[in-house]
Amino acid sequence: MKHCLVVDESRVIRKVVCHLLAEMKFYAEEAEESASALTACRAQMPDVVLVNLGNPGGIELVRALRRTKSEKQPVIIGTMTEHDVDHISEALSAGANEYVLKPFDRDTLKEKFVETGLM
Amino acid sequence: MNAAEFAYLADLLKRRAGFHLAPTKTQLAKSRLAPVARRYGFRKTDELFAELRDAPEDLARAVTDAMMINESSFFRDKSCFDHFRGVVLPSLLSARATSRRLRIWCAAASTGQEPYSLAMILDEAKIAKDWRIDLIASDISGFAISRAIEGRYSQYEVQRGLPAQTLVRYFAQDGDQWRISERIRRMVSFRTFNLLDSYGWLGEVDVIYCRNAFLYFEPLAKRACLKAFSQVLADDGYLALGASETLEGASTAFAPDDASVRGVYRKIRRTARPIALAS
Ligand SMILES: C[S@@+](CC[C@H](N)C(=O)[O-])C[C@H]1O[C@@H](n2cnc3c(N)ncnc32)[C@H](O)[C@@H]1O
Repeated sequence: MKHCLVVDESRVIRKVVCHLLAEMKFYAEEAEESASALTACRAQMPDVVLVNLGNPGGIELVRALRRTKSEKQPVIIGTMTEHDVDHISEALSAGANEYVLKPFDRDTLKEKFVETGLM
Repeated sequence: MNAAEFAYLADLLKRRAGFHLAPTKTQLAKSRLAPVARRYGFRKTDELFAELRDAPEDLARAVTDAMMINESSFFRDKSCFDHFRGVVLPSLLSARATSRRLRIWCAAASTGQEPYSLAMILDEAKIAKDWRIDLIASDISGFAISRAIEGRYSQYEVQRGLPAQTLVRYFAQDGDQWRISERIRRMVSFRTFNLLDSYGWLGEVDVIYCRNAFLYFEPLAKRACLKAFSQVLADDGYLALGASETLEGASTAFAPDDASVRGVYRKIRRTARPIALAS
């Protein structure tokens, strides 16, 4: 079972996304902010991290994860509410593999997972 | 709309576009045709139905156009495009190394996502400058083609199927829309074309993409199109259909190219009959 960490300030969003992930047969964990997310990743690196780039420290979390030495590098997917080319470019150069616009449904998430080789 | 009017509409679509309008689709017809009725000055959509029989050419075309299903997305059925990048393109580049000419036709191009996906692959392949590559995109729907030519997509359209890197590389943001880069846009030539019309303008092509249009076709129309395809396609060319479309009962001229990729076919080579040499 693949392991996904969902990082988002909003409890509602974390719940909704974790539910989608469970339906997609992923083991889902959640973190409210970047520091605890980083600690969790250092303890056990997930296969994929979904990071809300709008969170304070969202982009920094992406950079920190890419600097973290670990056996495997996770797929990092940034979630964002504003579709903006500068944000997307910034996320990509920080090390994100993909982005997804919020709110997203299962099909969209699935597509991004297929795109990044998770499914 | 009464039964006779519905039957007339269904017949019109069948004659003009090979389109099969299922009897359950009255609501769909009403909602699709409401804007056309308004545009042509009918007070109610029902009045349009009542007068459809006497419709001038222009109106009949607008009605057909409005009933088409234009749903598309970039790199739809990813495996088909991966196969194009990894197999179809390299094989044709080597087969055409002397003529240095490649002709690709998107026959149901809708709003442009499909030909632009191919154009981006061609661009990334960095093919030498001395090749002449024609990428022709056509569709029966003038509305869809004009959107394709504009090359502007909503954020939801670009989020479907386009890898983030590709989006950033080939699109420019324009308000809340995204516009395909001029370089990619100019690789494609667009026109309106009904697959039931004559193919004389086209010439021989190496690749035909005709995906997710036959889904709505009358069996006879589909058969006729596939026959025409087998005539315009080069002997070593490729045909791509939608992932859920088959040739069953419609054509025996093609065989799957690779069992693991749904929808990609090649022409079956008929072995030439040996010519008896006069002694
Ligand atoms: C569902 S879209 C598919 C678009 C694209 N090929 C894809 O797979 O994403 C089907 C398209 O077929 C076009 N079409 C339907 N009947 C046609 C005909 N007789 N001649 C040409 N195009 C036709 C419609 O206008 C529509 O744009």
